[in-house]
Amino acid sequence: MSKSDPQSIYENIKREARLRVESRQEKPLIMVGTATCGVAAGAMQVKEDFAREIDDKGLDAEVIEVGCIGHCYAEPLAIIAKPGFPPVCYGNLDDGLVHRLVEDFLAGDDPSYEYAMAALERNDEFPTFEDFPRGVYEEKLILEHCGYADFSKIESYVARDGYSALAKALSEDPKLVLEEVKEANLRGRGGAGFPAGKKWEACLNNGKDEIYVICNGDEGDPGAFMDRSVLESDPHLVLEGMILCAYAVGAKQGYLYIRAEYPRAVEHVRKAIEQARTKGFLGSSILGTNFSFDLEVFQGSGAFICGEATALVNSMEGRTGMPESRPPRLVQQGFRGKPTVLNNVKTFAYVPLIINKGAEWFKSIGTPESPGTAVFSLVGKINNTGLVEVPMGTTLRQLIEEVGDGLPEGSQFKAVQIGGPSGGCLPESALDVPIDFDSLHEAGAIMGSGGLVVMDQEDCMVAVARFFLEFTQNESCGKCTFCRLGTKHMLDILTDITRGEGDLETLEHLKELSEDVRDGSLCNLGRTAPNPVLTTLRYFYDEYKAHVEEGRCPALVCRDLILYYIKPAKCSKLCNVCVGSCPTEAIYTRDDGLKAIDQEKCVKCDNCRKACPTEYDAVLRLSPPVLPGEKERKAK
Amino acid sequence: MSDYITMIIDDREVKARRGEKLLWVALDNDIYIPHLCAIKEEKRPNASCRLCFVEIEGHNQPVTACTREVEEGMVVATRSSRVDRLVKTGFELLLSDHNLKCRECPANKNCSLQVIAKKRGLKLKHHRFNPLKREFKLDDSPAEFAFDRSRCVLCGQCTWADRFEAEVGAIGFTNRGIDRVVTTFNDLPLADSICTECKLCVDACPVGALYYKKDQNA
Repeated sequence: MSKSDPQSIYENIKREARLRVESRQEKPLIMVGTATCGVAAGAMQVKEDFAREIDDKGLDAEVIEVGCIGHCYAEPLAIIAKPGFPPVCYGNLDDGLVHRLVEDFLAGDDPSYEYAMAALERNDEFPTFEDFPRGVYEEKLILEHCGYADFSKIESYVARDGYSALAKALSEDPKLVLEEVKEANLRGRGGAGFPAGKKWEACLNNGKDEIYVICNGDEGDPGAFMDRSVLESDPHLVLEGMILCAYAVGAKQGYLYIRAEYPRAVEHVRKAIEQARTKGFLGSSILGTNFSFDLEVFQGSGAFICGEATALVNSMEGRTGMPESRPPRLVQQGFRGKPTVLNNVKTFAYVPLIINKGAEWFKSIGTPESPGTAVFSLVGKINNTGLVEVPMGTTLRQLIEEVGDGLPEGSQFKAVQIGGPSGGCLPESALDVPIDFDSLHEAGAIMGSGGLVVMDQEDCMVAVARFFLEFTQNESCGKCTFCRLGTKHMLDILTDITRGEGDLETLEHLKELSEDVRDGSLCNLGRTAPNPVLTTLRYFYDEYKAHVEEGRCPALVCRDLILYYIKPAKCSKLCNVCVGSCPTEAIYTRDDGLKAIDQEKCVKCDNCRKACPTEYDAVLRLSPPVLPGEKERKAK
Repeated sequence: MSDYITMIIDDREVKARRGEKLLWVALDNDIYIPHLCAIKEEKRPNASCRLCFVEIEGHNQPVTACTREVEEGMVVATRSSRVDRLVKTGFELLLSDHNLKCRECPANKNCSLQVIAKKRGLKLKHHRFNPLKREFKLDDSPAEFAFDRSRCVLCGQCTWADRFEAEVGAIGFTNRGIDRVVTTFNDLPLADSICTECKLCVDACPVGALYYKKDQNA
């Protein structure tokens, strides 16, 4: 083997990277999770606190930033790796806890396990994440290193065999990369689940001169943050996947379309591209071969619709971000009219793993039709919010009850919303549906980008459907009739229902319109926008019925259908708390000393109900909005 | 490969040039399909009015005729219960945002919406959808014509005429979603814009949103 073949060049780079990484491991390393989720929870302050405390004590330790490990409920968090101890992760950090950890663990030798979440390596003293139920179900492929590695340094990626898949592929025929991805049946993680290998092959066959590779990082679903996390925490993994794709299809230029609302992702990716160029993984003659490919970041300007393929291309070409009719598909006529591969962030992230470990390995995880893993952002009424990665085929029940540790006390499961505004709401009876592209579709939801919102008895399904529809209606580009006007009328009808207006005919009318918007719209935004409405109508029809027939909101959410009432039998003369909590002075003291609400003044802000001490619990919401006295009077 | 293909539309054998779009083939053969936004010269169809749905054998969903290239042996039905349902809903949605005072409209009896209603037996009335209450300012700044957005169906015929026939570029689409409108740069009155008042846009308007002042009825 000559010294200039890609493998040897890569081995040299890796050796150097390993030396640099190992030299850092000689002293204690504090890794603070500073992805957007961590920063929002105060991680930057925690990082400063660590640095200051270490400085005060005159210790020799390094504080670095890492991405998100997925346990967002415990942010801000940090991992302390001290030689002689297993690396330990601590959550819910504040200045007091930081002080204590520095004093006891870094200066002393007590890892303060009482504050630890888990260790990262097996040991005799403290359990690891794998020992918890979540760890049993989770199988981290693309999230494996997210939050455990320094995203700002390429050597931390290379030292753990990063870019080895590229070196391996470059020593072989590009066709082998394509064959491997095809054989692995890697399905697009953007939501639709189209096989990536087929897409690449179509592009290769169509491309005579130029082909472009674009990564879709325009993640915009409310409550979804998987792509952001991967881009922020492990940018080189995505870059390597894109370079491999470019090698397979023969592209020379690629772009990462990242929404401008993700400034940290943009910054991390830009830095990663710089570093990859310096090391020769990007640019001309990659790893000494005659394969050249370069990448650039393109920032989206905030339109949800630009996640749609044709709208994304329009926006990159300087036109209004609006969808076009298809065909032609992007693989025929994409960016600048040339065949274009457009894949989601996560899809690209799987590619290096597949090249390194093989299609058979990939297919051994998940289900035959949907191999690999699924990444979800778990949010809503669930104990462990955060990012999880589970094999396809895991059931929703396992995901919610085991991985997410179930619902908080007092919460009763009602529905789970999957796939964001294009997805659907599934009830308890659908919880044993395995998570894969086809099963979810059958149940009426979609895999979508992977947002998963758990809802309980206090969530009104009509209000939930209205919430998602308000989002899509707002994000409709306005080009086609069904989406522009149809979603507007759907929203108006739903608003009426939350006010108790309408009848069973209204519900039928809403269903028909939803079906027509689904079948008649130009692009997938309009085609999927009715999903939350159609699924709630299908699974929670009684709740809709209660709104229009009885003027009652069973979840006590819809403001026009509830009133606040202080139950005299529960109220105490000795307590005044609710009076002070009311912003509109609607609460007064009756002659007998108990409190009551002036319905004319009440704005239903819920402050009094929250303020009322638990031993009384005297503030009730009534639906339909009829006072107990009135009911009797009416009965007479 | 021959330049011509044979296909069937509504049980009729039709010859057509390969690569042509189904909508134009049907119209050229006097087979009516409702349409507002389609422009024959436009390479990539707008496909935004969503009225030209037809059934094509082998497809499990109605498809828009303006986007579909004809193929040898293609079998098309311009009517079916699913097609009629979509056209009806699309049409009623457009009417819900359209000024329905036909008698006051200069395009009365010369209006594409009226043609669609007549051909498909649809009523020019607000039926299932409440009319959207919106206020538009009338732009009567040009000498001979005016622009009443309360009648505009956003078909894009005027912007095409302005840009590609007149080659002026005075008007275009702006805003998003339900607020999408045709207007000038910076929303100036037409007379204050770069508009040359060539009136090609007025001739292109299928519904009387852009109209000659001399045709005004009220």
